[in-house]
Amino acid sequence: MTMQEADTTAASAAAGAKVFPGSDSRRYNYFEPKGRKATHYEDVTVDVQPDPERYLLQNWIISFGDGTPTYSKDWTALKCTDWHGFRAPDQEWERTHYQRQSTIVGMIQNVVENARRAGAPQRFDKAWVAVLQNHVGAFKHAEYGLGTALMRAQRYGYTQMVNNAILTNASYKLRFAQDLTLYLAEVGSDIGGFDLDAGKAHWLDDPIWQPCREAVEHIRAATDFLEQYFAVNLVFEPLVGELFRSGFVMQVAAAQNDFSTPSVISAAEADYERNLANAVELFALLLHDAAHGQDNRTMLQSWFTHHAGLAVKAALQLQPLWSLPRVKAASFADAFERARNRVAAIGREIGIDADLPALPPVEVGQPAAPAAVSDAAAE
Amino acid sequence: MPDGLTLNKITSQKGIGISEAARRVADLGWTPSYVKEAMAFPTDYKISKAPRDPMKQVLRSYFPMQEEKDNRVYGALDAALRGDMFRNVEPRWIEWMKLFLAIIPFPEISAARSMATLGQLAPGDDLRTGFTMQMIDEFRHSTIQMNLKKWYMENYIDPAGFDITEKAFGKCYATTIGRQFGEAFLTGDAITASNIYLQVVAETAFTNTLFVAMPSEAARNGDYALPTVFLSVQSDESRHIGNGHSMLMSVLKEPDNHLLLERDIRYSFWQNHMIVDAAIGTIIEYGTKNRDKNKESYAELWHRWIFEDYYRTYMLPLEKYGIKIHHDDVHEAFDSIVKKNYVHKIAQFFSAGWWANFWRIEAMTERDFEWFESKYPGWYDEFGIWWENYAKLSKPGSVPITFADTGYVYPHRCWSSLVPCVIREDFQVDEVNGELFTYASEVDRWTHKEAFAGEYQGRPTPAMGRFSGRRQWEEVYDGWDLADAIQDMGFVRPDGKTLVAQPHLSFEEKDMWTLDHVRGHTIRSPLLALREMTPQQRQAHVEEYRKGFTIRRV
Repeated sequence: MTMQEADTTAASAAAGAKVFPGSDSRRYNYFEPKGRKATHYEDVTVDVQPDPERYLLQNWIISFGDGTPTYSKDWTALKCTDWHGFRAPDQEWERTHYQRQSTIVGMIQNVVENARRAGAPQRFDKAWVAVLQNHVGAFKHAEYGLGTALMRAQRYGYTQMVNNAILTNASYKLRFAQDLTLYLAEVGSDIGGFDLDAGKAHWLDDPIWQPCREAVEHIRAATDFLEQYFAVNLVFEPLVGELFRSGFVMQVAAAQNDFSTPSVISAAEADYERNLANAVELFALLLHDAAHGQDNRTMLQSWFTHHAGLAVKAALQLQPLWSLPRVKAASFADAFERARNRVAAIGREIGIDADLPALPPVEVGQPAAPAAVSDAAAE
Repeated sequence: MPDGLTLNKITSQKGIGISEAARRVADLGWTPSYVKEAMAFPTDYKISKAPRDPMKQVLRSYFPMQEEKDNRVYGALDAALRGDMFRNVEPRWIEWMKLFLAIIPFPEISAARSMATLGQLAPGDDLRTGFTMQMIDEFRHSTIQMNLKKWYMENYIDPAGFDITEKAFGKCYATTIGRQFGEAFLTGDAITASNIYLQVVAETAFTNTLFVAMPSEAARNGDYALPTVFLSVQSDESRHIGNGHSMLMSVLKEPDNHLLLERDIRYSFWQNHMIVDAAIGTIIEYGTKNRDKNKESYAELWHRWIFEDYYRTYMLPLEKYGIKIHHDDVHEAFDSIVKKNYVHKIAQFFSAGWWANFWRIEAMTERDFEWFESKYPGWYDEFGIWWENYAKLSKPGSVPITFADTGYVYPHRCWSSLVPCVIREDFQVDEVNGELFTYASEVDRWTHKEAFAGEYQGRPTPAMGRFSGRRQWEEVYDGWDLADAIQDMGFVRPDGKTLVAQPHLSFEEKDMWTLDHVRGHTIRSPLLALREMTPQQRQAHVEEYRKGFTIRRV
């Protein structure tokens, strides 16, 4: 008699219908959860990208023309005893990612629709309209540049957890660049003479934005994907991104009769908190690595010196923006001091020296330099 | 309220049009002037024309749409549990999901990674949003499939095999075939991998059998979860097909690329056929209990989706751009399914090596025989006795069928596709860099020797990938006892002795095979044996192999 002839199959194929060896093995059992039990994020993320140390019996089976395998640890100068130890604190997987992104999109659309329905854009202060057109319009390109850098970087990580954290970071940045673009196009259509091309012109030619563009281009051109991830989240974002978003737009806008722009911008601040948490977790892991921590510290310190130099230059050059609004609700000196403290605190969190010199007193309160590109909408 | 007037019409603000929105978003890019970005991903192609975005989508409409799709998927999974789906699902079907869902998340996430490549290589920024959406889509597919697998593990009667899934993916002789598919999306020449192999062939042609035909069969077996997830996945594919076609149109513009396009379309089509048809053909035909003679066979599905839809309406028109299309390959692929029994021979191979699996395969029965015979006349004469033997040898203590006196000759493995060389008459042998390799067909031989090389028809192709690693599973375990190899792979249940794989669907402990039942048999690599032969012995062996075999009743 064979198994097929005997009526030994269960009447139901539901869990628990029969008891036999393995019938209660209902958890992925091939990785160590970070906590007592695996989280949903861990279950759907860990080991999906395998490697020869974790289960690839036959190794990678295609290589690049130069012999480099499908994934290589040599794609970053940083070393790690166990790349698999990293878990993203935001625990993002597809469903949570779409839920969060969709909520943000909905929030922005509601705010913008309500503002426009109430005729709010027409009541924006004229000097502020010029800031939106020229400078918020320029800043959207910085966000886009960082998003494209991260989109490239998500190819290179040695584990799924690293790559997915970078991927969602790219997704957030690219969404925000588009949020700003479409927001400006929509409120701009309610404001007479709003030039939607002015932002890019300022980004490309206005001296105020050139060090910023230079800093972003250096991040885009970096060939080490973790240098890109580090430079975006631990250097550029606190020193330039937050400085502009929180330290300028979000503090100043309301006083210019603009309540909608801070709402749009606030989404990016919340995005950054999550991306920062992920990045800090990863770099702290690398710096606390018993075997490679010291070498990693040296490398991160050199990356910090390089990118912080560019970012500080970019931040200082933005100083005239604080003088543009008619109602002066915030000062560059305060914003820069917060950025300096922020980056130093982040440095302490992961274990590098990120203390930057304070602004020389002479630079505080300098009058704004005239913008190089005409502020047509303000006239 | 007047007719046609809605709350939305009263309250909504005039927005910008979709074309204008897409144009504005595409204008976010610029050409760097302070530091030039190094091209990180190698390609031998030249691309000068910026691809256009055919879909004109922006992310703010994408995220809510995807969230809504997700809500439907997860709602359906909850409903399936409330409706007690697993009470009526066919275990024969769910067992194959252990294999399928072990493989598929890796190709998906590989596709996400490969959008880094296309995003950088494509001139301009028009298609960047398309690539971004595809990157996030693939992240969606990978994790939504891991979630589905977890759901099966938690709710299906036998979770063994699901519980070790990603570890099993790295160890199994069959999943390596899937890895060849996934690694090919992101390794080697960037255009070959990410545009031609992934988008132009895998997504445009073969996702129809993967993500449309297979869910239909799932539903016939009481599994409503797989169609829910995979038809949702497939709804993203149209976006990827659009991306791929747009990129292809840019690549086509450069006459210098035409030779490489001919190479890559040929390699990609054939290898997709070899891999996808082997896996999905077997799952659809042998993983089902539904034997409705009115439903389409895999051969009929293939003709509809691949031959009519893809070959005739997508591949053929490329000829007007000056691309040589290998029509003979397409016809040969179809013939291999309808005349040379490719899928049936692969299913036979899977069952021959059942002990090395991490899922169960039950024997085909009289009902199955009837259906196969009606769809593939002559099937019983070639495969009927095999499956009758398989049923007889399914009891623990029997000789594992691989080693029984059935007349079956364990196949060589194809160095290109990693699928076994089951169509014996097409078997090929050749030397590359002084070493002997085996291939399932002439196109597979060409793929390794000519396509995956540093020069193609006199043209340097330094960016092209190379085959690497320990590609043949049998070589890794050559000389090992079956029991030791199974233990080494970890395909043993938590009691430390019962095999995950079983050649039946009995859930009684007394019917289950343990390590002791398979101990005493040795794995041999056909390739290593072939390499050890003298040239004369080898010639004789190849001729004998090409003759095939006849199965005897045990």
